[in-house]
Order: sequence, then structure tokens, then C-alpha cells
Amino acid sequence: MLSKKEKELLVIIWDKMLPIADDIGSEALLRMFTTFPKTKTYFAHLDITPRSKQMLSHGKKIVHALHEGAKNINTLATTLAPLSRFHAYQLRIDPSNFKLLSHCILVTLACRMKDDFTPIAHAAMDKFLSAFAAVLAEKYR
Amino acid sequence: MAEFTANEKSIVSGVWAKISVNEIGPQALARVLIVYPWTQRYFGSFGDLSNAAAILGNSKVGNHGKVVLNALDKGVKNMDNVKGTYAALSKLHCVQLNVDPDNFRLLADCLTIVVATKFGSDFTPAIQATWQKFLSAVVIALGSQYF
Repeated sequence: MLSKKEKELLVIIWDKMLPIADDIGSEALLRMFTTFPKTKTYFAHLDITPRSKQMLSHGKKIVHALHEGAKNINTLATTLAPLSRFHAYQLRIDPSNFKLLSHCILVTLACRMKDDFTPIAHAAMDKFLSAFAAVLAEKYR
Repeated sequence: MAEFTANEKSIVSGVWAKISVNEIGPQALARVLIVYPWTQRYFGSFGDLSNAAAILGNSKVGNHGKVVLNALDKGVKNMDNVKGTYAALSKLHCVQLNVDPDNFRLLADCLTIVVATKFGSDFTPAIQATWQKFLSAVVIALGSQYF
């Protein structure tokens, strides 16, 4: 459950990240590939060297989707329905991996925001990423 | 059991040396209680944990955070035998404290995030990976004596 204040805080944070979406997204992906090497098995078709064109573009897509989700938190399932279908029928990423990327997104934000990534911001973001991941896995079965 | 190269040991020691344990311990434990509120079930005697401000200002949380993080020192100094180092603590958490071992991972994650807020971009992906490899070994060790 997200309070009104938490929802506002999430929009503030993702609004700040949107202009550097490719930096943030590619960094989170790189952190995930480095800390959890098994996640690379889903990216055999991409050049995942640090800050490659494809990593920057892919990272940007992810952050844009997160931003969209934050702006439409009350209608997350409808907003993310196309992404939900895509993950269920095409990508079929094991949902355990969403937790790994979520954690690396938190670490990326913590490194960028430092003390501004307060416990309250951390809690709100963790809840949001969990809800987002749940919607992505919703149509799996 | 996890094995660490000389380089990995040096990275972990390097991170540990830069951490102010008595500052970070309280912050990490407070985050666990704030981000995963169900963990408060283990701290019924700690008084007011009703909101983030209360938790952050709670001296029992602070003191316990220091105890917990100081215990990581032995692991840093004995990376060739993390499992043996924490065997007794593992048994304690199982038999006396009845703590679900999944909570060790939550604390490890919160600790990593607190370290990230302090180090900023110095907490590179490579350093994060090695640090988390070490914490995973500690988490496994703490769960190893459960029955």
C-alpha cells in the first residue's frame, strides 16, 4: 500500500531521473549483470558491455516505463497491460529476476541520491517496484 | 562454501575500512524495520516503532544496530571460513531468537543500500558485486545451523 505522500515522492524521484534515463537504466542493468551473472542469460542477443548503445537504449526504455508507472500508480495494471503481455508471452523472464533488477535499481538510486535516498524514499520505492514487478508477472499463468 | 580471491578480499576489506560501523549499523537496522515493517515482530521490547521518525530516533534500535554490524567484523577478517565464523551465531538465531533466516537477506540488502548512499559513485558495480558475494556468504552461514 502506498500513501498519498509516498506516491507524490515517487513521481518527484522519477521526474528527476527521466532526463538521465539512459544513464540510470544502463547502470542498474550493469549492476545486475555484475552482481547476478545468471541474469545475463536473458540478454544473449544484446551487446551488454558497459554503456553500449544497446544498454543505454534498453536502460532508457526501462526507466521510461517506471516513470510512466509512477505517474499512473492508481491504474498500474491497465497502464502496464502491454508490458505485462510482452513479459508473459514473449520475454518469459522468470519473475525471481524482477527482484534482482529492483534491488539494483535501488542501489543505483542510492548511489545517485545519497542521503536524499532516505529510509522513507527507500520504502516507497521498494513497494512501488514490488507492485510493478507483480503486474509484469500477472499474466504469466 | 564461497571462496574469495585475494582481490575480492581486498575489496571487501577496503569497503569495511571506509565504513563507520557505529553509524551505519543503526541506519541499516532502522531501514530493515522501516522498509520491511513485519520484521518489527522480533523487536517487541524496543518501544516506539510506530513510524520512520520513531524508529530512526529509537536508541534501542541504534544500539542493536551497532551490535549487529560489529559482528560483521569477524567475517571480514575470516573470509576463508565465513561458515565456521558464524556457526554459533546461526544456532543462536535459530534456537534462542527464532528468527526466520530470510531476514538475514533483507538486512544484507538494506546494508548494501546504506553503503551505496555513503559511497555514491565510488560504489561501482564491480565493488557492489564483490561486497554482495561476501554478504551472501554471511547470510548463508547464518542460516547454516538451522534445524
